[in-house]
Amino acid sequence: MTEQGLHLDEVSIALKGRTLLAVDRHVAPGEVFTVMGPSGSGKSTLLAYIGGFLEPAFSATGRVVVDGTDLTGTAAQDRHAGILFQDPLLFPHMSVCANLCFAIPASVKGRSARATLADTALADVGLSGMGARDPDTLSGGEKARVALARALLSGPRMLLLDEPFSKLDAGLRQQARELVFSRARDMRLPVVLVTHDEADAEAAGGAILRIDPC
Amino acid sequence: MLTRLGPPLAMLLLSGPIVAGLAGTVLPAFGYFPPLGGLSISLAPFVAVFAEPGIWMSVAISLGTGLAATAISLGAVMLFVAGWSGTRIFARVQHLVSPLLSVPHAAVAFGLAFLIAPSGMLARLVSPWLTGWQQPPDVLIVHDPAGLAMTAGLVVKEIPFLLLIALAALPQTDPARTRALAASLGYGPVAGFLHGTWPPLYRQMRLAVFAVIAFSTSVVDVAQILGPTTPAPLAVRLIEWMRDPDLSMRYLASAGALLQLGVTALAILVWIGMERVAARLCRVIRDTGWRFRGDAWLRGTALAAVMLAAFAVFAGLATLALWSLSGLWQYPDALPQWLTLKNWAKTLPRIAGPLATTISVAGLSTLLALTLALLSLLREDETGRRAGRGAQMLLYLPLIVPQVAFLFGLQLLLVLAGAVTSLPALVLAHLVFVMPYVFLSLADPWRAYDRRYEAVAAGLGKRRWTVFFRIKLPMLARPILTAAAVGFAVSVGLYLPTVLIGAGRLETITTEAVALASGGNRRVIGVYAFLQMLLPAAGFLVAILGPALIFRHRRAMRV
Repeated sequence: MTEQGLHLDEVSIALKGRTLLAVDRHVAPGEVFTVMGPSGSGKSTLLAYIGGFLEPAFSATGRVVVDGTDLTGTAAQDRHAGILFQDPLLFPHMSVCANLCFAIPASVKGRSARATLADTALADVGLSGMGARDPDTLSGGEKARVALARALLSGPRMLLLDEPFSKLDAGLRQQARELVFSRARDMRLPVVLVTHDEADAEAAGGAILRIDPC
Repeated sequence: MLTRLGPPLAMLLLSGPIVAGLAGTVLPAFGYFPPLGGLSISLAPFVAVFAEPGIWMSVAISLGTGLAATAISLGAVMLFVAGWSGTRIFARVQHLVSPLLSVPHAAVAFGLAFLIAPSGMLARLVSPWLTGWQQPPDVLIVHDPAGLAMTAGLVVKEIPFLLLIALAALPQTDPARTRALAASLGYGPVAGFLHGTWPPLYRQMRLAVFAVIAFSTSVVDVAQILGPTTPAPLAVRLIEWMRDPDLSMRYLASAGALLQLGVTALAILVWIGMERVAARLCRVIRDTGWRFRGDAWLRGTALAAVMLAAFAVFAGLATLALWSLSGLWQYPDALPQWLTLKNWAKTLPRIAGPLATTISVAGLSTLLALTLALLSLLREDETGRRAGRGAQMLLYLPLIVPQVAFLFGLQLLLVLAGAVTSLPALVLAHLVFVMPYVFLSLADPWRAYDRRYEAVAAGLGKRRWTVFFRIKLPMLARPILTAAAVGFAVSVGLYLPTVLIGAGRLETITTEAVALASGGNRRVIGVYAFLQMLLPAAGFLVAILGPALIFRHRRAMRV
């Protein structure tokens, strides 16, 4: 029986010999593990390590295991980590629909099948019919929802959130949190959330790791 | 891994020809050149060089015009940025920089000659009603013995180059806040800039300034079109020796090329001395606490100088275009009596060959340079290590070592290898000069790219090359195409590498145009020079319009 969820097995990240953070934790499917710390504390490097895009300047040890599969050392594209950053980072040269289709795995064949999937995903985040739009013409909240839909469409094994709500207006922020966390629960995805906002941690409701400033 | 090859290959193709070429120059300069029977080391070639009539005058002209052109253009750029950065006029002038920069040196020089010559446009505009001239006055303006026209030609071309370099480095010096701070202490804009922003800015521009000195002290095409003739600047005389059918002249020419290397090195040393003096002077002025609030006249002068340089280029090009279309055009009429396409129709059949060579050499060298630059930058992404100071120096090497000094040796080596006048050799020679510009213009936007887009795409399960071709390449389409347009423009404008490596059999628009200079047929020169300007302009047009059209429905992809 393989262990479901994300297992961070004695992960430790250092810069020039100085340890920034050390984690040993299991995140169950649907659970949110929150890492809190001030900016510059290196908390985002944990997401980079899990996602497989850590800058070569950092050195890291420890294993990343998802649903029993050891991801340590595999390339970023083989890890299936859905990532949401502070900015929605919709590809500016593609339409909203193309952004979503880009995320759909190649195993889904046929143009119309892919388009239908993208349309459904768009409707699921309350944006039906917006597929042909230029991403830059969407509002901040709409962009964030497209980014979420895009991450979920790729069939991720986990979600990595890097302060994804910090640039939204206060009113939108609560909505966005609920949307992201409920979708993660529905899809039974382990989530790692990095933030400096106590309200994020509270809404997430899971375990919290606090990193000291350095 | 393909990208791993990028940096070493780029370094090899940059430094290889320079090192080999220098060796090919040094050995014959000391009399050693077995193919011509020179087997002993001697100083005879140098003795011969210094015995040439007027050689010291040639050296003096090269030094003087080069240093003067550098000092004037840098001074104008410095005062212009000091007086106007952050204003609306400054933003407007910024847009002029790229088109100005893309015009080849030779075309600018021809344009200037057509403007300021006694029979030129300016004289016509004020004759005869103001001057009373019915015949062109007998004064030597173009080819003047002191090299003033040549210096002017260099200045109008170097101002946009130095301005571009200054603009690229300016944001890192935080000019707006420094300006506000200096103003709050009561300093005028120019004084505040010179004390606060200029020192760090100049430090970043320094290699480019050296490149300007090296170019100006060893330039050939501008010198042939505008420079003194009795005697000519050193580089021009070198070319004459090199082209001499008497092969034993090659020893003399090689020694002369080393002399040119020394002249350029001396010019840079003199410049470094001037830097010291200027820095001390600056400190002295600073310590007096002089605010220099009444600097409006100086700001005005700087603006006028930069605008005049831009005007000279554009007016010169317009005059060239007019000549290429002119029918009968008598002195002192300001306009031709009629316009005709006959000049173009007569010249075009002759142009087809050189045009094809120009486009294929420029296209191939740009493609190669772009590929190497992209591979090197991709490698930089992978390793997370930025190209260091050494790599930066290497990039500037082809711009700082005088072209004649190594191209001549390279030509000799290619002759021995039987590869001279071949298209691949010419493409490789152009690559040496195209690559630095392509790399320098691409590196900043590449490094400014938000790499989180790549992280997102990788998180969506996309392979590296998919991410590169579908995300990064389209998002950077504009800077990549701009870099290509810059490379293309550089290649089109290259004179000396084409003359030496093409050895008279591979002609481009630029070599043909310069060869026409002595003939003085303005209509034909007009056609050639206009085409010379048209090719780079077409390149930039593609670079601007292509992405604008493809991404016309994508607001965030606009500039």
